[in-house]
Amino acid sequence: MKGFKPSAPFLLLLPAIVVLAAVVVLPLILSLYSSFTPFRLTRPETFFVFVGFRNYLSILSNADFWWAFGRTVLLLTIALNLEMLLGLGLAMLVEKATRGQRILRTLMMFPMMFSPILVGFQFKFMFNDNIGLVNNALQSLGITEDAIPWLIEGHLAFIAIAIAEIWSSTSIFAILILAGLLAMPKEPIEAARVDGCTPWQTFRYVTWPFVMPFAYIAMTIRSLDVARAYDIVKIMTDGGPAGRTELLWTLVGRTAYSDARMGLANAMAYFSILLSIAFTVYFYNKLAAARAQIGAEW
Amino acid sequence: MDENASARLTRRALTVAHRVGLFLAMLVICLPGIWIVLSSLRPTVEIMAKPPVWIPQQLSVEAYIAMFSGIGKGGIPVLDYFRNSLIISVTSTVIAVAIGMAGGYAFARYRFRGKSGMFLGLMLTRTVPGIALSLPLFFLYVRLGIIDTHIGMILAYVALNVPFTIWLIDGFFRQVPKDLAEAAQIDGCTRWQAFWQVEFPLARPGIASAAIFAFLTCWNEFALASQLTRSVNSKTLPVGLLDYTAEFTIDWRGMCALAVVMIIPALTLTYIVQKHLVDGLTSGAVKG
Repeated sequence: MKGFKPSAPFLLLLPAIVVLAAVVVLPLILSLYSSFTPFRLTRPETFFVFVGFRNYLSILSNADFWWAFGRTVLLLTIALNLEMLLGLGLAMLVEKATRGQRILRTLMMFPMMFSPILVGFQFKFMFNDNIGLVNNALQSLGITEDAIPWLIEGHLAFIAIAIAEIWSSTSIFAILILAGLLAMPKEPIEAARVDGCTPWQTFRYVTWPFVMPFAYIAMTIRSLDVARAYDIVKIMTDGGPAGRTELLWTLVGRTAYSDARMGLANAMAYFSILLSIAFTVYFYNKLAAARAQIGAEW
Repeated sequence: MDENASARLTRRALTVAHRVGLFLAMLVICLPGIWIVLSSLRPTVEIMAKPPVWIPQQLSVEAYIAMFSGIGKGGIPVLDYFRNSLIISVTSTVIAVAIGMAGGYAFARYRFRGKSGMFLGLMLTRTVPGIALSLPLFFLYVRLGIIDTHIGMILAYVALNVPFTIWLIDGFFRQVPKDLAEAAQIDGCTRWQAFWQVEFPLARPGIASAAIFAFLTCWNEFALASQLTRSVNSKTLPVGLLDYTAEFTIDWRGMCALAVVMIIPALTLTYIVQKHLVDGLTSGAVKG
């Protein structure tokens, strides 16, 4: 090895690579291996039995798994789209405000500080059918006589979870889009107005292309930890009622720790990892494309 | 019809609509938090009352006193959880920021082969859902005997935070003009000195906010902590919150009080760094 001189960036990145290799990559290799075994925590000897793709085959033919998978994708699609729209709306409302913008910005960040587990808890509290704020308000206003079983009925529980999820993450979009709006040069907008664009056209063809990279940064950050929905669901319904709000992540947790079927759970976990990676890579590419476009135009 | 008057009228209507919209949006954002603070101060009878009591009749800090007076009186060992949370979060933040500074500097200042692929690769390690990562980690930690210890949690959280601190710190170093460090080197500094005396002080506010962001991630993390901790040895506050839920009953007031205790440090820290945080995340967006 004499004469081998590693480059500076390699040395600087080495600690990061070592830590991530030890705590993320190595365990993942281990879990990939164990997804090919019938490993159960209660019977350690099963760790060395190789069963090929049996776990994966049994997942593919498992209706519960596909329901959870579909539900997860549905929740993410609904949540991410609404967060983007609401965040855009919120950012534009705040940008238009003439006074107190600083305090509005601070208030806007409020939900970001809540740990997902707290978000789950506070919405569980507010959507409680008996003492929750939502039902109390609806009843006091005379909109409904009966208590609405928010977290007890399957569809309503899904909606409640989506609301909690959206509440907690809209502010990331709002903050980053607002940063984009504030960083934007004013001349193109004025030029567009002088040229006779309607407000909608100005927004669509001038403002939006500029703000888009910022929205994609938010999307990328969000997709980095989409799995935090696990915390919210875990505490709000724990997958219930009768598995109607079971997401991929709660299913993995239940299979691994309640049923102690580690091998099967690891196989499922790999699906959830691939899902997260797919989301992140997709938005990261969009971000790169949007950046390139901006660079060309401004 | 007077065109001026009608234009003025539409304009005023728009202003009012804007105010109302803004007010409603802020209400939705703040209400859940306010409701939790309020509920933590009300007696359980009032929380449970049917029909609901809207105007609080009596406020007290009993829930907080009970919580901090230890096991037996308040039910759960909050002080232990608080200490664990603090030790784990602070230590892993310091380590993650040190590693992140090295990595961020490498990305901001050097050109090397496979740079963008490397960056994406680092980010991808962050996408692994906590619950998926907890399965092999649980198994490994049991084997290594570091389950339910501070060391184990710190190690996991460092890995969790490194990708994101690198992203943020990379952004802040990019904002510091390259010429400054070069000028310092021409004046006789080594690269090492130039870094500590020129670039680091300029990027410091940004690095501080990356640190706070990492701290908050640890402070709030649940999926990993819920599986890798077992007892008061290492249980953190988010896991402790579950202690208030029994099979069929929930001590709403106690839970609200603990929620307030958890949120106050987070609130203060976020307020301090809010500006730098956005700068760091977006600095690459426009300039490439």
